[in-house]
Amino acid sequence: MIHPPIPAKQSDSSLSKYPEHSATNPLSVHAMTVAYHQKPVLWDIDYDAPLGSLIAIVGPNGAGKTTFMKACLEIIPVASGTIEFWGAPYAKGRARIGYVPQRESVDWDFPISALEVVTMGRYGKLGWFRRVKKEDRDLAFKFLDDVGLADFASRQINQLSGGQQQRVFLARALAQEAELYFMDEPFAGVDAATERAIIEILQKLKNHGKTVICVHHDLTTVPEYFDNVMLLNTRVIAAGSVKEVFTQENLKKTYGGKLTLLDEVSEAIAKAKGS
Amino acid sequence: MSSFWHEFVSLDLPPILTALFSSLSCALIGNYLVLRRQSLMGDAISHAVLPGIVLAFLISGTRSSFAVFIGASIAGICSALLIEVIRKIGQVETGASMGVVFSIFFALGVLLMEQAAANNIDLDADCLLHGQLETIFWLPPQNVFEILRLSTLSQLPNEVFVSVAVFVFISIFIILFYKELKLFSFDEALAKTLGFNPSVLYYVFISLTAFSVVAAFKAVGSILVIAMIICPATTARLFTDKLKTQILLSMFFTIIATIAGYVCGAFMPIWLGFENSINTAGMISVISGLLLLMSVFLAPRYGILAQKISRHRLQLQVIREDILGLIYRVEETKKGITKDEIVKTLRKFSSDYFIKNAYSSLLKNGLISERNDTVILTEAGNIGAVPLLRKHRLWETYLVNRVGLNPDHVHNTAEALEHYTDQELTEKLQERVKNPETDPHGKKIP
Amino acid sequence: MNDAAQSLTDVSFQMPSLHEVIKVLTLQAGYNSALVIGGTTMLGLAAGIVGTFTLLRKRALMSDALAHCSLPGLVLAFIFSFFLNLNEKNIYVLLLGASLSGIIGVYLIDQLVRHTRVKEDAAIGVVLSVFFGAGISLLSIVQSLNTGRAGGINHFIYGQTAAMNQHDAVLTLIVTLLTLVAAILLLKEFRLVCFDSEFATVQGWNVQRIDLIMMLLVIVTTMIGLQAVGIILIIALIVIPPTAARFWSEKFDRITIISGSFGALSCYFGATLSTLFPRMPAGSVIVLTAGLFFVISFLFAPERGVFATSMRFLHLRTRISIDHFLRSIFEQIELKFGAKEDSYELSKTEVNSAAPKQFFLRKLVFILLAKNKFLTKNNNDYILTVKGFKRAYELTRNHRLWEEYLTQYGDIATSHVDYSADMVEHVLSHEIVKQIEDSLRAKGKIPRALPQSLHPLRET
Repeated sequence: MIHPPIPAKQSDSSLSKYPEHSATNPLSVHAMTVAYHQKPVLWDIDYDAPLGSLIAIVGPNGAGKTTFMKACLEIIPVASGTIEFWGAPYAKGRARIGYVPQRESVDWDFPISALEVVTMGRYGKLGWFRRVKKEDRDLAFKFLDDVGLADFASRQINQLSGGQQQRVFLARALAQEAELYFMDEPFAGVDAATERAIIEILQKLKNHGKTVICVHHDLTTVPEYFDNVMLLNTRVIAAGSVKEVFTQENLKKTYGGKLTLLDEVSEAIAKAKGS
Repeated sequence: MSSFWHEFVSLDLPPILTALFSSLSCALIGNYLVLRRQSLMGDAISHAVLPGIVLAFLISGTRSSFAVFIGASIAGICSALLIEVIRKIGQVETGASMGVVFSIFFALGVLLMEQAAANNIDLDADCLLHGQLETIFWLPPQNVFEILRLSTLSQLPNEVFVSVAVFVFISIFIILFYKELKLFSFDEALAKTLGFNPSVLYYVFISLTAFSVVAAFKAVGSILVIAMIICPATTARLFTDKLKTQILLSMFFTIIATIAGYVCGAFMPIWLGFENSINTAGMISVISGLLLLMSVFLAPRYGILAQKISRHRLQLQVIREDILGLIYRVEETKKGITKDEIVKTLRKFSSDYFIKNAYSSLLKNGLISERNDTVILTEAGNIGAVPLLRKHRLWETYLVNRVGLNPDHVHNTAEALEHYTDQELTEKLQERVKNPETDPHGKKIP
Repeated sequence: MNDAAQSLTDVSFQMPSLHEVIKVLTLQAGYNSALVIGGTTMLGLAAGIVGTFTLLRKRALMSDALAHCSLPGLVLAFIFSFFLNLNEKNIYVLLLGASLSGIIGVYLIDQLVRHTRVKEDAAIGVVLSVFFGAGISLLSIVQSLNTGRAGGINHFIYGQTAAMNQHDAVLTLIVTLLTLVAAILLLKEFRLVCFDSEFATVQGWNVQRIDLIMMLLVIVTTMIGLQAVGIILIIALIVIPPTAARFWSEKFDRITIISGSFGALSCYFGATLSTLFPRMPAGSVIVLTAGLFFVISFLFAPERGVFATSMRFLHLRTRISIDHFLRSIFEQIELKFGAKEDSYELSKTEVNSAAPKQFFLRKLVFILLAKNKFLTKNNNDYILTVKGFKRAYELTRNHRLWEEYLTQYGDIATSHVDYSADMVEHVLSHEIVKQIEDSLRAKGKIPRALPQSLHPLRET
């Protein structure tokens, strides 16, 4: 596939050469370990997200993909390690981060229209007590239009198809006008039209120099959609450009055979700490 | 003394028996409700029976317990059905659906009761909440030996018979359908695939709940009914993961709560010199709540205290091992280390309190000793440290070679893992890394 | 009231005149009744608004727990005042006690859920019943204190609207205003947290603080409501109006307004009824009025009411059955004569096997087929008109396109396609069909004429 022009910032070769020491890395994770109910699910994660790229997090079920994302966003606590956004802690970078959670994470029967959900993306910029203004609503509508749902703006979210619901979530993240996006399985259970629409938007974001990190489950589309990949299975198996890292051998390491010893010791730790 | 016994048998024994068997029925049902996360169903039903009772009075014109039983059962089952209907058809969340149904039913009951009052039918909603335990008594027995005579027993108050009968009925039902109920409360989808119709089972079960609630509330009041449905089962759940054990334990807690609660309510105030006793149904629910509170802290496995203690012990153990490892490493380089240096090094992993405690316990057990300022390992300490270091370095090797982590920061991970690695795991580990001589940092694996 | 002369069936009372009714409704029937009706109406408004937030935050039963847990505090405050020779009915002391023990109860529920394996429903039930049980026991102590005024506290269990005085009304007014201000200022925040609290966290909102504000509103409303409708029924004012309002709208702010109105109206009419008629305890009448709003909403609300939704469902069901009918007729014709546009005579067995089995649905399908002039009846024979044929052709084409599309693009086995095709076909617009056609044509998969069925056709 043809790579779109690289944004000016990234062409600075000294930065791209040593990404781990660069303050412009939108996300750098160092030695992160996460435990769920005392049981460690992510071991010692080191990761630096390159600026202005589409990054897929790939790995088998239970590999900790969603956990990684949630830990980065401080939704769940980390046991150890540091996470930095543009060289600063999360609280400082928060306004520049957008988030698309898994579709199942909310009640779609909630009384709210598609446009209102997208407008929520603006709430963070509004702050306490301030009411939603017309500009916000117009902007939200524009983003809804971008995902091809302008006609559905006033529909209650329950009346949208799964793919449309996913696009509403995407539009909400766009409304955050962030520079770094976390998306948890944006392609899960969507129709082909939605998949195309989403990937077009991701490309557009990338062309504007934004960074997108997606949990992704469809291996066949990784080379087509993404330019960077992080292979995850309780720890980072490999990370880097799709060309270099997305190899048969690495995939085998990621998907084939769990590291039984790590599992066993996880169990032992959970048992010791839990009771 | 004999007058005390006489009073006890005629005034206290019947209420105790009634409370006990009513509570046992509720607790049995409660085990399943709690597992199915429907414990508030008992709450809803026990409030919703009110209009049924009043209507039964108004229609039959009698206070016969049979009419009341029928009326209350119908109202209870109706409310349970309505809650389901509103939840499913109206797409209303269960909690809201319960709130809507039981409050409307209860309001209707209160209104009907006011209307009934006009007809000289004196009903009191208070009885429904507080229960009428205090009004159950038994006149016949003149002395202790007559108690067991059939003719005397047959004159026991109705409430006692009803509560015993319901308890027996529910016990038989649970024994007969133990397997089905277990499946039903554990995994409804599985029950369906195995050919049980879950909605039939649901309605049978809900009817049974209504039945036990109705049988119990008249004597003990709706509050005690709710408490007994939820508290003993919840308490028992803190002790075990087995359904059978849970049920037996819940019955045990029910017995304790009932007897202790009754004693606290009926006798304690009088022993303490007060004139009047306290509402016993309320006291029983308080005691069952206290039992739960105690279990929350003291239960052997899921109790907060047990978890605190074992975590404390674990942390001490970890620090002890860390100290041994640290000294061993220092001695490897032929240097010495002071106590202050140990504390300083380990401070980033734990508090001074733990480090000092661990240190003194090592000292006391003769694993380390102090020579002038430096701390050294004794022979026993050396023996203790070697396997630790071995685990640590094997893990480092594993993490670098097999997992592919950077040798620069495997140390902390290995440090965390070594404490949880038993003999078996160590053997597997050394097999997997093929018994190397040195670790990734070139240090010897002992 | 307890007139012994009344017979068992005689529940007669004086029917109030229209003049009286209007006087009460317009708050002109004396200071006291105006105070009670006005006060409870405000309470209903506040409870309806607060209730919307708790319902949508999925914490509908929290206020029930709160109310039940307030009893021991209430009774203790009463005993406390008694021994300190304060005025036992000092509402501030009583409500302070009630609030404190209510808050302790809710806090305990939260702690139980957080630190033990006790699930939320059980935690609510445990705390609620134990606190209320303790309250009942304490109450029996009060009754033995011989204050002669112990009855005052009993009112809190069942509520006594008539006891509302100017003081209470002012307090209610303040709480209502507070609720209104909070609802207007924080509507955005409440909506966000109710819908997606995780997203709110990521955006940097302090979700706990928003929840706390919501909880405080519930607490003050519940406490104010205790006196009017009582511990057991206050839950009704907080749960019923929003649940009823939910049937009418799909908009958060509109539901809030409708719910507030339902709450206010139930209280207004309930209190009025209770003033006009004897033996009508206000609390119960208010709840029953709210219940009436609920039943009407549940059945007849145009948006989500049972009738509206079942009509919609029936409509869809009939459409699907008609589509099925036409398609299966078409397949028979295709097999026998090829797909030539014409009208066709159909045998009775052909028609019968294609029509739905259920009696009612079958009648409906035939009526609609005749009405649309798809099918005409000629003596004993049926005739598929040209119009009917065209429709059948179009339906079959859509269906097969969809099947084809799914087998090409979706990872769905051929044997499963028919099922899902039937489900989705009915929501396919012409536009989408064209899109599928284009994409299939691009791959050279679309035949010029009708695509072949994937299943072997059987003659019936």
